[in-house]
Amino acid sequence: MLQTRIIPCLLLKDDSLVKTVNFKKPAYIGDPVNTARIFNELEVDELTLLDISATSNKKKPNFKILAELANECFMPLAYGGGINDFEDAKKIFQIGIEKVIINSIAFSKPAFITELAEHFGNQAIVASIDVKKNMFGKYQVFSNSGTKKQKVDPVDWAQELEQLGAGEILLTAIHQEGTWMGFDINIIEKISNAVNIPVIANGGASSIEDIEKAVKQGNASAVSLGSMVVYQNKGMGVLVNFPDTEKLNKVLK
Amino acid sequence: MITIVDYGMGNLGSVFNMFKKIGVASKITSDLEEIKTATKLLLPGVGSFDKAIQRINTSKIKEVLDYKVLTEQTPILGICLGMQLLTNSSEEGIEKGLGYINASTKKFSSQDKKMKVPHMGWNLVHKSTKSKLTDGFIQESRFYFVHSYYVEVENQENSILKTNYGLEFDSAIQHENVYGAQFHPEKSHKFGMKLLENFSKI
Repeated sequence: MLQTRIIPCLLLKDDSLVKTVNFKKPAYIGDPVNTARIFNELEVDELTLLDISATSNKKKPNFKILAELANECFMPLAYGGGINDFEDAKKIFQIGIEKVIINSIAFSKPAFITELAEHFGNQAIVASIDVKKNMFGKYQVFSNSGTKKQKVDPVDWAQELEQLGAGEILLTAIHQEGTWMGFDINIIEKISNAVNIPVIANGGASSIEDIEKAVKQGNASAVSLGSMVVYQNKGMGVLVNFPDTEKLNKVLK
Repeated sequence: MITIVDYGMGNLGSVFNMFKKIGVASKITSDLEEIKTATKLLLPGVGSFDKAIQRINTSKIKEVLDYKVLTEQTPILGICLGMQLLTNSSEEGIEKGLGYINASTKKFSSQDKKMKVPHMGWNLVHKSTKSKLTDGFIQESRFYFVHSYYVEVENQENSILKTNYGLEFDSAIQHENVYGAQFHPEKSHKFGMKLLENFSKI
């Protein structure tokens, strides 16, 4: 049987790793390549790197850092941030990264997802959806690192992205991200049940219990961890770590 | 020296990176002369079966591979789609496979909604027939898989590893000098390093 993937999600801003809270207040974590090297030694299932400054700074992906990362990491890698044309994606695959993550560009150029999927296969294309729950409890989709509201319903958008050729969905709850308050199980469940492709739950994890809930109640196929794997604990210092594999296996069985 | 055959499809960089990590020299090439002098071949692959076979045919790589593998008996390792190409046929397409091993490639077709296709993620393998490729594998060896089609051998002695995903399929195969792995050793930490190291010593 397939094991549930637990995926550290690292955020790149300029040349440094940072960690945000609700997509704001980036705090310095460390050097991206050194940190990735630690996760490689911890033999994590997969690693995600998101460049949160590429799109807003209108910059290309940082191919130099990505190449160094691919040299050090012997697990599947996914990268998102500033991928706007076919050549960007092609370069990333050539470096040795097997998944590209697409978000903002999908709103203005949905056919881009199809183009990539047809050429590189659906399994190589991750569509990222950032959602925020407003004060009326309604979920709204945002692009451009949470700064631009999009007029789509999250469930409809997830289904459309699947239709376009995305092989996975990375679902991030902006209102939970970096808060250590647990996942938003409600939206994870809604999206997971609406599509046939794997959904990766992201935003809010603080414990193995949170991971268990996302998988068992939310039907997430995989779980992404941010603060939990770069801080010792809430409000404490930087410590690159990974939850105990035996405990994880026990609850995810 | 491992010659990684570049026919325009696949994650060549990561295979090269892992060989470098384990101290095995390798080169990526599409040059027919270089492939002709290879002592060990690696056939990677991500993408569709027909497209891959067509590229191998039109680039004339097929003739060279046939001679190397069938006449010279040069060891070859196919990875993922590269392994499926070694079989006779695939339900993914209409092209004939390379046919170096008596096996066929089939589509996962589970009725169980939980068995999502592609089979993507880490899964366990267990040994069937003994092989040099799987020497020294520990019981809990796990590998990273991404595939929608699986290989089924005709003769069980050609199955060297099996994996369960709704059904039991052949996750690594061997016939004489022809080897295949369905998973991605280059993305499977120390487990994959062990397999590539074994291949380099064959």
